[in-house]
Amino acid sequence: MSDPAVTHTDPQPGLTGFVSDWSSDKTAFKTASWGKAMIWIFLLSDTFIFSCFLIAYMTARMSTSEAWPNPSEVFALEIGGVHMPLILIAIMTFVLISSSGTMAMAVNFGYRRDRVKTTVLMLLTAVLGATFVGMQAFEWTKLISEGVRPWENPWGAPQFGSVFFMITGFHGTHVTIGVIFLLLMARKVWRGDFDTGKKGFFTSRKGRWEIVEITGLYWHFVDLVWVFIFALFYLW
Amino acid sequence: MVDATHGPDAHAAEFADAELYHPRSWWTRYVFSQDAKVIAIQYASTALAIGLLALVLSWLMRMQLAFPGFLTFIDAAAYYQFITMHGMIMVIYLITALFLGGFGNYLIPLMLGARDMVFPYVNMLSYWTYLLAVLVLVASWFVPGGPTGAGWTLYPPQAILSNTPGQEGGIVLMLVSLILFVIGFTMGGLNYVVTVLQGRTRGMTLMRMPLTVWGIFIATVMAMLAFPALFVACVMMLFDKLLGTSFFMPAVVEMGNLLPHEGGSPILFQHLFWFFGHPEVYIVALPAFGIVSDLISTHARKNIFGYRMMVWAIVIIGALSFVVWAHHMYVSGMNPYFGFFFAITTLIIAVPTAIKVYNWVLTLWRGDIHLNPPMLFALAFIVTFVNGGLTGLFLGNVVVDVPLSDTMFVVAHFHMVMGVAPILVIFGAIYHWYPKITGRMLDNRLAQLHFWVTFLGAYLIFFPMHYLGIMGVPRRYFESGDISFQPPSAHDLNIFITVMALIVGAAQLVFVFNLIWSIRHGKPAGGNPWRATTLEWQTPETPPAHGNFGRDLPVVYRWAYDYSVPGAAEDFIPQNQPGPNPPHEAPAMPGGATS
Repeated sequence: MSDPAVTHTDPQPGLTGFVSDWSSDKTAFKTASWGKAMIWIFLLSDTFIFSCFLIAYMTARMSTSEAWPNPSEVFALEIGGVHMPLILIAIMTFVLISSSGTMAMAVNFGYRRDRVKTTVLMLLTAVLGATFVGMQAFEWTKLISEGVRPWENPWGAPQFGSVFFMITGFHGTHVTIGVIFLLLMARKVWRGDFDTGKKGFFTSRKGRWEIVEITGLYWHFVDLVWVFIFALFYLW
Repeated sequence: MVDATHGPDAHAAEFADAELYHPRSWWTRYVFSQDAKVIAIQYASTALAIGLLALVLSWLMRMQLAFPGFLTFIDAAAYYQFITMHGMIMVIYLITALFLGGFGNYLIPLMLGARDMVFPYVNMLSYWTYLLAVLVLVASWFVPGGPTGAGWTLYPPQAILSNTPGQEGGIVLMLVSLILFVIGFTMGGLNYVVTVLQGRTRGMTLMRMPLTVWGIFIATVMAMLAFPALFVACVMMLFDKLLGTSFFMPAVVEMGNLLPHEGGSPILFQHLFWFFGHPEVYIVALPAFGIVSDLISTHARKNIFGYRMMVWAIVIIGALSFVVWAHHMYVSGMNPYFGFFFAITTLIIAVPTAIKVYNWVLTLWRGDIHLNPPMLFALAFIVTFVNGGLTGLFLGNVVVDVPLSDTMFVVAHFHMVMGVAPILVIFGAIYHWYPKITGRMLDNRLAQLHFWVTFLGAYLIFFPMHYLGIMGVPRRYFESGDISFQPPSAHDLNIFITVMALIVGAAQLVFVFNLIWSIRHGKPAGGNPWRATTLEWQTPETPPAHGNFGRDLPVVYRWAYDYSVPGAAEDFIPQNQPGPNPPHEAPAMPGGATS
């Protein structure tokens, strides 16, 4: 027993591997760095925030004293004289899901140390994200001009507007933060900070390529949350 | 492809994360410090300072209850503001911040053999956000209308109706402060969780961690999952107040006027609040459980009884506490069938909790008990926690709870179980770790005085309250007046409680004096005054220097509880001392002292 503990045995599959990882010393997640472990735990916590928002929304929708407006009519657009329910939301969803694809490619090229392709793909992701936020701003503007306010709307339960602005606003804030992070990290990738290990301005930690993946994890999470908002708020 | 994805970064955690931030100036060393030990002291000092304010508020409330009209500046509005701020500060800004931000920051890296938390910069932001939250809270005294008087649970609709004190600005600042607290805590919590999972030293397995770390770890995980509900509830109520939404506001007729709200659900707020609020009870209880286990083991010179059971009990309590929240809402008007479910889950929690109490008692059994101040507080905790837990059985059952709701019995119950009990542990922990933090012992005679007055006084305050509650004396009443069902003796008891509260409060000044006086005049402590096994006592310097462990990190060879091992040279074996066969890993336990 003079050896302190069973460390770094070869990874084993399945339940055995899980048990041996968790009963080992130093780290519980053998392939995850500190930053990756942190973002997963943060996202777990954030999941609870969005879950609370969505459950509160469902409760409000079920218990409100007036009828709930029909989302597919509220979010319909007339394009070229054709009445298209939910068309804008469909495009927004498509754009955001596509940005997850470009982000995944950026992560892949990041681990291949391909500075140019990673930068381009991250910028593309940021552009798609900004497009999403832009369309959301358009949607907000349209609804506000039609008389939707957090406290009232022309079609029914006042909670419709409250929930709409609160949840899409909170999600849009997440997307905006993601876009800002993508731009900052794309700049670092482009400058080669992750090859030279240049230290961060605030944290004085060395830059590493896994930061691309951490940014990506956050981005995919924001996408996934949108899928739930789309399904539960717009399609219900 | 696989190689490209999991190439050189697969083992990044091995070396690159070990970079340590080195401060270069006085400001970054002591004020905007990224060192978890300094952040811990900042957290603890802020929490204790704001806690003293809450203590004064409780004096003022007791003065009003015992001698109505004596302090003329206390009117009904002020009384409700005192109640609200006392409760909120004590539960969130004192106990939660002190256990997790204070002890968590100080003890997690030291006990696990880490140089610092994994994200020191974020850790620093956590403290400053917490400080901002505290300042916003304090600022509510200086806005028109003063702080909110909605009660610490902030139930809508009354929290934002116009006759509630602090309706103008106080409630807004309260909600903003809570939102800031959640954000700040999240930044700290990420550190605590990731440090425990990914930042341990060589040889430190999860099942060798001291129970203190286990308690803080699980409490932090719970907080990361429970605070979101508080965050969401605060955001929604803020919108109700500022934007005129109706999330929690039904149609209300106030002073003959129909308010613009309609269709909201006040019960929704209660569900969100208690989905946070009940785990919160265990967020402060689990660190207390963990710390008390270590205090008892160290000061009884005996290994903790049933270490694995203790760990699993902490985990199970943590999980169960997420499915009991509606036992706070038996009289809220929710579906009565819920009460059946929540009463059962509530009573099930008693099982792992009782396991812990049995294990503490069995640790003491035939131990070499040293009645040092930390041990006195630990013993007092066990008794107090059992007391508070037993009244919890009353309140957890729907039929018993209904007549006791909103009486002094509830006040006595939660003060015993999540007020007095965790605070006794906080005191014990401060007496225990102060020598490591400052290098000097706290004065023992003052400590004994502080202990006996606090311990006995707490019982003299809260035991009579149970009796008052059973008689039907309601809580949160500014003035009881002449109510026929209350005998005059009830009022005499109120005066008695108030006198005791003043005495116990004054005893805390002794403690504060001791804390300050001993920094310079305390007896030098040496590195390991309690002859304890855990890593924080094995640091080369006391107080531990930046980086904690000198050039080489310690290597852990055994669990944290090798006290009085038969045949060992001393009655404790530090965790980083190599040696054969740690007893807990031996196939069979010998009889006698350890069984």
